[in-house]
Amino acid sequence: MTALEPASTDPEFIRNFCIIAHIDHGKSTLADRMLQMTGVVEERAMRAQYLDRMDIERERGITIKSQAVRMPWAVDGQAYALNMIDTPGHVDFSYEVSRSLAACEGAILLVDAAQGIEAQTLANLYLALENDLEIIPVLNKIDLPAADPEKYAKELAGLIGGSPDDVLRVSGKTGVGVEELLDRVVQRVPNPVGDADAPARAMIFDSVYDSYRGVVTYVRMVDGQLTPRERLQMMSTRATHELLEIGVSSPEPIPTKGLGVGEVGYLITGVKDVRQSKVGDTVTNAVKPASEPLPGYTDPKPMVFSGLYPIDGSDYPDLREALDKLKLSDAALNYEPETSVALGFGFRCGFLGLLHLEIVTERLRREFDLDIITTAPSVVYEVTTEDRNTVTVTNPSEFPAGKIHSVTEPMVRAAILAPKDYVGVIMELCQGRRGSLLGMDYLGEDRVEIKYSIPLGEIVFDFFDQLKSKTAGYASLDYEPMGEQEADLVKVDILLQGEQVDAFSAIVHRDKAYNYGVMMTGRLRELIPRQQFEVPIQAAIGARVIARENIRAIRKDVLAKCYGGDITRKRKLLEKQKEGKKRMKMVGRVEVPQEAFIAALSGDTEKAKDKK
Amino acid sequence: MPSALPLADPAPRDGALPASVAAGAEQRDFGVYVHVPFCRVRCGYCDFNTYTAEELRGARREDYASQAVGELALASRVLHEARVQRRPASTVFFGGGTPTMLPAAQLAGLLKAVDERFGLAPGAEVTTEANPDSVDERYLHELRDAGFTRVSFGMQSAVPHVLATLDRTHDPARIPEVVAAARAAGLQVSLDLIYGTPGESIDDWKRSLDAAIEQAPDHISAYALIVEDGTRLARQIRRGEVASPSDDLQAEMYELADTALAAAGYAWYELSNWSRDESSRSRHNLSYWRGQDWWGIGPGAHSHVGGVRWWNAKHPAAYAQRLAAGESPAVGRETLDDETRRVEEVLLRSRLREGVPSAMLTAAARTSVASLIADELIDARAAFQGSIVLTLRGRLLADAVVRALLSD
Repeated sequence: MTALEPASTDPEFIRNFCIIAHIDHGKSTLADRMLQMTGVVEERAMRAQYLDRMDIERERGITIKSQAVRMPWAVDGQAYALNMIDTPGHVDFSYEVSRSLAACEGAILLVDAAQGIEAQTLANLYLALENDLEIIPVLNKIDLPAADPEKYAKELAGLIGGSPDDVLRVSGKTGVGVEELLDRVVQRVPNPVGDADAPARAMIFDSVYDSYRGVVTYVRMVDGQLTPRERLQMMSTRATHELLEIGVSSPEPIPTKGLGVGEVGYLITGVKDVRQSKVGDTVTNAVKPASEPLPGYTDPKPMVFSGLYPIDGSDYPDLREALDKLKLSDAALNYEPETSVALGFGFRCGFLGLLHLEIVTERLRREFDLDIITTAPSVVYEVTTEDRNTVTVTNPSEFPAGKIHSVTEPMVRAAILAPKDYVGVIMELCQGRRGSLLGMDYLGEDRVEIKYSIPLGEIVFDFFDQLKSKTAGYASLDYEPMGEQEADLVKVDILLQGEQVDAFSAIVHRDKAYNYGVMMTGRLRELIPRQQFEVPIQAAIGARVIARENIRAIRKDVLAKCYGGDITRKRKLLEKQKEGKKRMKMVGRVEVPQEAFIAALSGDTEKAKDKK
Repeated sequence: MPSALPLADPAPRDGALPASVAAGAEQRDFGVYVHVPFCRVRCGYCDFNTYTAEELRGARREDYASQAVGELALASRVLHEARVQRRPASTVFFGGGTPTMLPAAQLAGLLKAVDERFGLAPGAEVTTEANPDSVDERYLHELRDAGFTRVSFGMQSAVPHVLATLDRTHDPARIPEVVAAARAAGLQVSLDLIYGTPGESIDDWKRSLDAAIEQAPDHISAYALIVEDGTRLARQIRRGEVASPSDDLQAEMYELADTALAAAGYAWYELSNWSRDESSRSRHNLSYWRGQDWWGIGPGAHSHVGGVRWWNAKHPAAYAQRLAAGESPAVGRETLDDETRRVEEVLLRSRLREGVPSAMLTAAARTSVASLIADELIDARAAFQGSIVLTLRGRLLADAVVRALLSD
C-alpha cells in the first residue's frame, strides 16, 4: 500500500497524537518501536531513542525538545498518516506541553506497569483532558518481572473511567502490543477538522535551533494551506519571513509541496533565533492573512532566577557566548550581566523552573565545557515599601532597604505522589515549608496523591532533594502556578567583618530567618580559613544581627623548619602559598578562597574542607 | 620516605659550574656540609634523607667515608675549574641521619679531608649532630682532638611519653651525662627540642624547656613538629590513630619557649634558634640564611655557590655509583636569576633577628610595611631605621609576613 502524500492528505485519514508519560516510563523506546514498525526507520539505522536528539536528553531520559514524526499505517486496507508529536515530560515546560497537546486530537497515556502513574503524568493528563483529547491508556514494560498490569490497569481505569480491560498492555522493548496500539490510535483518535478554504492558520508547537539550517519551526495546520516560497507572517509580532522550505519529518526532514488542513510538519525561513518563531504563535500567509490568531498564545514567563558565575573568572566571555548560543534554541532562557563581590562577573538568569535551570547549567558544562556555580535560586517577589512603591524583586540585592509594607510571593499547587507509608514524612516536609494541605487522594490501594499549596520559594530551595531522600526516592513531585500570597518575608544578609557578601543574601520567611542565619554563618565559619585577625560572621535583617559566629585569629603561620640547605623547597613552598593567595577573593580585609563560597552555596562543606 | 627532590634542570655529569659562580666569591664565606645518611631506626615524624640498615640496598655504611672524601676531591676540582677563589672553610657541619653512627675516627678523617682540600679558617666552627645514646665521653674527646668545636644533641624532649611518640630511643637521663661529657671535652653544646608532638601538654613542654635550660647549653633550637607527607606520623594521623598537632597549641608553646629562654639569658637570632651570645650562634646555619657558599657532601645533600643551587642523588647506592663512575653525584640544579636571589634573600633573612634591609623590597611591598606595623607583625622602630624585623607575633606568622614582603 502506498503512503498518503503530504500536502494532499484528506484530513479524514490523519491522526495526530502524542504520548504522555513520566521520565523512565519508556516513552522514547515505544516511539522508536513505532518508527520501526511503520517502516519509517530501517532497522539498521535504528538508534535507540531516535527522537531524543540531544545527549543530555538521552542520558537523563528526558525529552527537552519535542518533535513530530509522520508515520504511515494501514487499517482494514485504508492508508492513514499518523503524526506523533513528542511532548516534553516535565512541568517546567508546561506551556510547551500545552501547545503540543493543542496540536493533537488524541494522547497515549503511557504508564510503567511496574511503577504506576506519577505526579507529572497526572498533571499532563489533566492538560490533555482540558484540551478534550481522546485518551488511550497503555501499560508499558509488561515484559518486566516486577510488572503488575492488573493493579495498574485498575488504577488507570479508576482515573479516566472505563474498564481495566480497555487498558492496552505493551512492551516498547520487545514490541509486544505495539501494532494493536497503532490500530487503536487510528480507531479511537478523531481526525482533525479545519476549513481548507480559509486563510492559512498554523500553530507553532515547537521551534528548534539547528546550527546548519537556522530555526526549524514545527507547526500543526489548522485552516488553509501553506506552500513553498510564499511569504509568512507571525501573527504575534507581524514579522514576515520567506518560507524557504516546508516539509514533514519522517523522522528525517522531507520537503513537500506544502501542508494542508490537519497536517503536521516543519517550516524553515532562515531566521537564526527561536525568539522570532515563538511556540504558541500562529503562522499565516503575509499576503492573505487570517483575521484572528489561534487562541492560547502567551509569552513564557521565568519563574525561578539564579546567578550563574564561571568558577574561573577568565571564562566570563565564554559564558556570555555560550548563553548567547543557548538562547538561539531556548526561547524561555533570559539573562543579564551581574556582578558579585564573592563570585565576580556572571549573569542573572531566569528559568521556567528548577529542571530548566538544571538543564541549562548542565548544557553549559557539557556542550561548552564551562565550570559554573549557581547561586541559591530565587523567585519573583513583589515588595511594597512603606511609601507604597512596589518593586519586583528577582534577586535579593534588589530588595528595598528601609520599611517594608508588604511582600507577595508566588504560590504553587504541588502534587506529590508516593506510597502511603510516606504520607507522614511528606506532610512534615511540606508543613515545614509553609505548605497548606489541599487534599489527599488514594490512587489504587497503596499510593496517595497529596496536594499542597506551597510557596514556590520553598520548593526551589532543596525541596526536591529532601523529598527524594525522605521517601527513598519513591515520591514524585509536580507543581503548577497558583497565584500569589502575602507573606512575612525578610531579606537576610550575611556579613563578613561587617562587609556584606552579596551571594549569600536570601529572602526568607521571618520565622526561618534565624535558621538560615545560623546555618549560613556556621557553614562559612567552617569554610573560611582563619585570618591574622578575628573575623565575625553575622547574619542580619537590616541592621539587626540575628546570628553570629567568629573565626578566631590564626596564631601560627610559619614553617619552623628551615635548616639544612634545601632552600629551593622552601622557596617553592612560598610560591605555592602565594599562588594560593592569588585565588583568594577579598571581602574587605578578609581573604576567602573561591571554593569556600562555592561550597557554602552548594552546602558541600565537607569537600571544601578536605581541600584546605 | 624521605621528601621528594625539587623539579629543576639536570646537573652536568662532571658537575662543572658556570663561570658566573666565581663573581664576588671573595666576599662570601665558604662552608662544608657533610650529610651522613644513616640511622638505626627511622623516627615516625622524620622525612630527612636517611636510611636504616635494611634500606641501604647494597650500599655499605663502612664505605661511605671514602666516598665522601671522593666528593670532596671532586668539589675542590670543580671549584678550581670554575675559577672560584679558594677560601678555607669557615664552618663545617656534620648532619644526618645520625653522623655519630660513624666511628669517631671516620668523622675525624672526613674533617681532615676537608682541611686538606680547602683548609680550615682560623676559629672555624666545626659541628656534628649527635644522638644522646650514640656518643660517650671518649667519642666526644676524639672529636675534640680532631678539631670539632661544637656538638648539637637531638634531645627533642625530656618527657618519656613524648620521646616514645617521636620514636626516640634515648633515656632522658642521658642528656645531663652527654652534655657534661661534651663540656668536659671542651665542645660547645647545643640542644635540639621539638614541640607540639601529639599528646604533649603545655606542662610536658615546660618540663622539657626547664630540663634543657638546666643543662645551661650554649645554644638551643626549638622546632615545631611538622607532619610531613609520606611519614609514618602522617599516615597515623590520617588513620586517626594519632591527633594532629594543633597550631594554636604550638603557638602557645613557642611563646612559652621564647619567654623561658629569654629569662634564662638566651636570645633568639633565628625563628627557631636561641643562643647565649653572638659567639654561640650556629654560624654554619647562619651562612645558609645569609646566602653564603657551601658545598654539601653526601647523598641528597644540597649545595649553593654563587647563585647556583644543586643537589645530589638521594639514595646512598645511587650516590656511590655515580662517584665510582667518576661522575658528579649531583642530579639536579637551578641557576637563580637576580629576582629569585632577591626573593630567597627576603625569605631567609626575614627569619633572622638582624632582619631584611627595606631597600631590598619592591615599591609595592614597601607599601605593605605600614600595615605589618599596624598589625604588630614587625618591629616599628627597626622599620624606621630601614630593616624589617619580626615581632614575637610576627615570628609566629612569619610566612604571612614574607608573603606580604614579596607581594607584587
